[in-house]
Amino acid sequence: MSVLVYVNAPEGKIAKAAYEAVYYASKIAEKEGGDVHVVTYGSVSDDSLAELGQYGASKVMVCRELSEENDQKLTAIVAAAREKCGAKVIVFSFDPSGKVVAPRLSAKLKAGLVSGATSVPEIDGARFSIRTNVFSGKAFATYQVETEIKIISLMPNSLKPEKSDKKAEVESLSPSLPEAGLKVVERKRQSGDGIPLPEAELVVSAGRGLKGPENWGIVEELAEALGAATACSRPVSDIGWRPHHEHVGQTGIAIRPNLYIAAGISGAIQHLAGVNNSKTIVVINTDPEAPFFKAADYGIVGDAFEVLPKLTEAVKKFKASN
Amino acid sequence: MKILVCISKVPDTTTKISFTDNDTKFNEDKVQFIVNPYDEWYALVRGLELKEAQGGSVSILSVGGADYDPIIRKALAIGADDAIRINAEPKDAYYTASQIAAFAKDKGYDLILFGKETIDYNGAQVGGMVAELLDLPYVSIASKLEVSDGLARVERDVQAGKEVLEGKLPLVISCAKGMAEQRIPNMRGIMAARTKPLKVEEAAEVEALVGIEKYSLPPAKGDVKLIDPENAEELIDLLHNEAKVI
Ligand SMILES: Cc1cc2nc3c(=O)[nH]c(=O)nc-3n(C[C@H](O)[C@H](O)[C@H](O)COP(=O)(O)OP(=O)(O)OC[C@H]3O[C@@H](n4cnc5c(N)ncnc54)[C@H](O)[C@@H]3O)c2cc1C
Repeated sequence: MSVLVYVNAPEGKIAKAAYEAVYYASKIAEKEGGDVHVVTYGSVSDDSLAELGQYGASKVMVCRELSEENDQKLTAIVAAAREKCGAKVIVFSFDPSGKVVAPRLSAKLKAGLVSGATSVPEIDGARFSIRTNVFSGKAFATYQVETEIKIISLMPNSLKPEKSDKKAEVESLSPSLPEAGLKVVERKRQSGDGIPLPEAELVVSAGRGLKGPENWGIVEELAEALGAATACSRPVSDIGWRPHHEHVGQTGIAIRPNLYIAAGISGAIQHLAGVNNSKTIVVINTDPEAPFFKAADYGIVGDAFEVLPKLTEAVKKFKASN
Repeated sequence: MKILVCISKVPDTTTKISFTDNDTKFNEDKVQFIVNPYDEWYALVRGLELKEAQGGSVSILSVGGADYDPIIRKALAIGADDAIRINAEPKDAYYTASQIAAFAKDKGYDLILFGKETIDYNGAQVGGMVAELLDLPYVSIASKLEVSDGLARVERDVQAGKEVLEGKLPLVISCAKGMAEQRIPNMRGIMAARTKPLKVEEAAEVEALVGIEKYSLPPAKGDVKLIDPENAEELIDLLHNEAKVI
């Protein structure tokens, strides 16, 4: 069964989540015997696209006529690519771009869409089932997809790609495109050059226990030493101590990094919802009764103002000797 | 401006999730239901602000059974003018979107607003599907929305930060943090909501595309391993050698 993957490469750069999606598609294609095709757009170089072969793609179709992320045009492009390669499964990343295009395409093709997949589908004859995150990380659901064409949005950080040394063939795709109803008039880059939080493997997060925005230096220093992204609890972003995109939890973003370090966060159920699928959780809190300790793998009962700088030192020492 | 705000019913955020019928059904026993926070805090309130500034109306649309009426009344108490409930169990996102599209098709809404996702199934699907079914442009995860002279200016999340888009109404938009501030309904609003029109409509014939066959809970965590605050190096060592995450 051939699989088509939508890759978004804003400003010519392929995101980590997109590599994961291609690799994930190769795991599906492997099961059923078939090829992985990629569809993308914009100015990303042929060389970068050929490298998607390392993750399992055999062919990449790129539409150079489109330079900005447009919902209606992209839906037409992915539909045209699907028509061309005949794929029965289409994979997206469950990221801002996937959230725009996948539902449109699902309605256009009447193809069942499952969002937030965390593992490779089980395929058994006509049965096609996929496990996903639901209840904002509090539970999993196994979906059954009934339609001939199936669309999956993959949760970032759900699998670790292995690379080969293959190269993908790159060809251009120029389908007829609908009028765009929307135009991009301005772009604002995220402040800081850090890793996007949903894709980060390591995350250092802090809450109201840090007392004020002026104290975030010790959080950022630990994150920098580790190469981690930073996150925060909801009240911290509500009062404006930290930007909104750092807010994790039930009403923020749900993440599943390999390591989540939480300092000065009590561990309310709404916060846990967004982080409890992290592989390893470390909690630093002055209060030994803080509920977060129940969800943690490692805990330090102590003052974040003392513990964080010590951890930073220990990480630097560790990095220097490894 | 004629605004339609689509709202969904979800378990309260403090709910301990559990399942029944051999893990095939969400256990609703003793669960408090609320308006999906993104729908209420952002889509509804921004819709109301636009109406207050520029005139027009805000209608609520829900696809659900009579058990949806309390959350619909809550949205009316916050300030919506009237409500429509399409009387059907929302089987999946496509089914729900098809009901909304079938209803909204000839009504001339300028804006159809959603929350960016529901906090139960987290699909982030219905808005985009409605846009496609109605052949309208779609902005997802919008954090700002201004409208003047039939032209909308919308800020939304993209991978690398934010983008500002411009487009003519009508538009379909899914709303996120930044759009507006939560409003608590006052006594007058709650009283008024009792008599505001809530129309119940029959559902269109539509097939669902996906179904849930089983639920499960994440494995319970073992006991936390406590480390002495003086011993940061031990933690780093455990993260490297035991957890193998650094
Ligand atoms: C509908 C709804 C949705 C919500 N959604 C979310 C969500 O998505 N994400 C989210 O995070 N919250 C959410 N919340 C809020 C949630 O219930 C908690 O209020 C919030 O997570 C608490 O944030 P906090 O842990 O930073 O602050 P607090 O609860 O105030 O906890 C601060 C913690 O810091 C500790 N502390 C104090 N000083 C120090 C120190 N020097 N060193 C170390 N520790 C210290 C304290 O012991 C305490 O445990 C939601 C709430 C509602 C009602």
